[in-house]
Amino acid sequence: MKRIDTCGMSCPQPVLMTKKSLEENPEGLDIIVDNNTAKGNVERFLKSAGYKTAVREEDDTFLIEARK
Amino acid sequence: MNDKKGIIIAGGAIGIIAVLLVYFGNPANMGFCIACFIRDIAGAIGLHRADVVQYIRPEIIGLVLGAFLLSLKNKEFHTKGGSSPFTRFVLGIVVMIGALIFLGCPLRMVLRLAGGDLNALVGLAGFVAGIYIGVIFLNKGFNLKRSYNITKIEGYIFPAVNVGALILLITAPAFLFFSEKGPGSMHAPIALSLAAGLIVGALAQKTRLCMVGGTRDMVLFRDMYLLTGFIAILVFSFVGNFAFGFFKLGFAEQPIAHTDGLWNFLGMAIVGWGSVLLGGCPLRQLILSGEGNTDSVISVMGMLVGAAFAHNFGLASSGAGVTANGKVAALICFAFLAIVSYLNSEDLVKKKSSQALSKANVE
Repeated sequence: MKRIDTCGMSCPQPVLMTKKSLEENPEGLDIIVDNNTAKGNVERFLKSAGYKTAVREEDDTFLIEARK
Repeated sequence: MNDKKGIIIAGGAIGIIAVLLVYFGNPANMGFCIACFIRDIAGAIGLHRADVVQYIRPEIIGLVLGAFLLSLKNKEFHTKGGSSPFTRFVLGIVVMIGALIFLGCPLRMVLRLAGGDLNALVGLAGFVAGIYIGVIFLNKGFNLKRSYNITKIEGYIFPAVNVGALILLITAPAFLFFSEKGPGSMHAPIALSLAAGLIVGALAQKTRLCMVGGTRDMVLFRDMYLLTGFIAILVFSFVGNFAFGFFKLGFAEQPIAHTDGLWNFLGMAIVGWGSVLLGGCPLRQLILSGEGNTDSVISVMGMLVGAAFAHNFGLASSGAGVTANGKVAALICFAFLAIVSYLNSEDLVKKKSSQALSKANVE
């Protein structure tokens, strides 16, 4: 699964990067975020785009797995 | 709906608190104004000498410390920095100049609208137009690059500075400037303003409330979350203004406002565009500053310096209208925004360099 790293990007870049990558990889995506705001924003976007999400906490970051 | 409940309650509380602050002494339609209040602080420490707008506003201190304390408690305090700091500093200056041409930050724009000031409606149109321009560049790959984790101490300094500002306000040493007339002399009691700031700071930290994010996310992603907060502030402060008899519909003779439609529009267009590039409105920059985001601290420092420029160089508007210097400054701000937007948009700049490359290959 393709993985993108949004750490350190300010709003709304994490969602924007997710949106762009999903256009190229519509089957799913792994997204690394480094704060709760980005996590919430990305999850909300994925839900509205019709993806199932699972979140794993890894050290200081979160891994969001988005699947069709 | 459930996920929006929090931000509706927060927006509602902010709308009501803003009206209460006016009732207890703040200038009309200015329960909160991040731009005006930072400008007042710039005046209080003598960065400008406009003697009607000098006061250390405890609301600002409260907003920062409220966000700081809640982020500590929720383990959301992370010290970060290094994402194009000087670009952000100048963007802070630009946003402040735009706000002082209109006479209010996006939050005060909403409060003015809720008080019946129709000039704010023209400002809102400009604000939305500015956000649209910013979004075009976001879609072309605009970003200010990553920030990085830095030492915790760096993030604690700004909250500490705000504690220092509070001590200065309470002890009121003679080297500070406090207005004896004009908007700067009008304020709710310190404890009340501070408490209001703390509550709103915590609410805004919790809900990520952002006045520019509402329209931006709606345009970009059809996401209503932040816009819901924006609307909640408008509705509840409108109701509050009505209840207290503060509501007065019209363009003329609105408190701390002018009727020059074109410059109300352009001033807020600068604020909208600049705030999209910064990743959040002035309120959001303050909240992020409290959470350890030193890029936002730099933006706030830019606003402080921008406020000093605005009054020292006669750029800020007043009830009498816009100044000639302000108009020139606005044009410079637009030029800066255009250049920064273009040069930081990866698709635009990359396309050009790859075109140049393919051209070179053909040759």
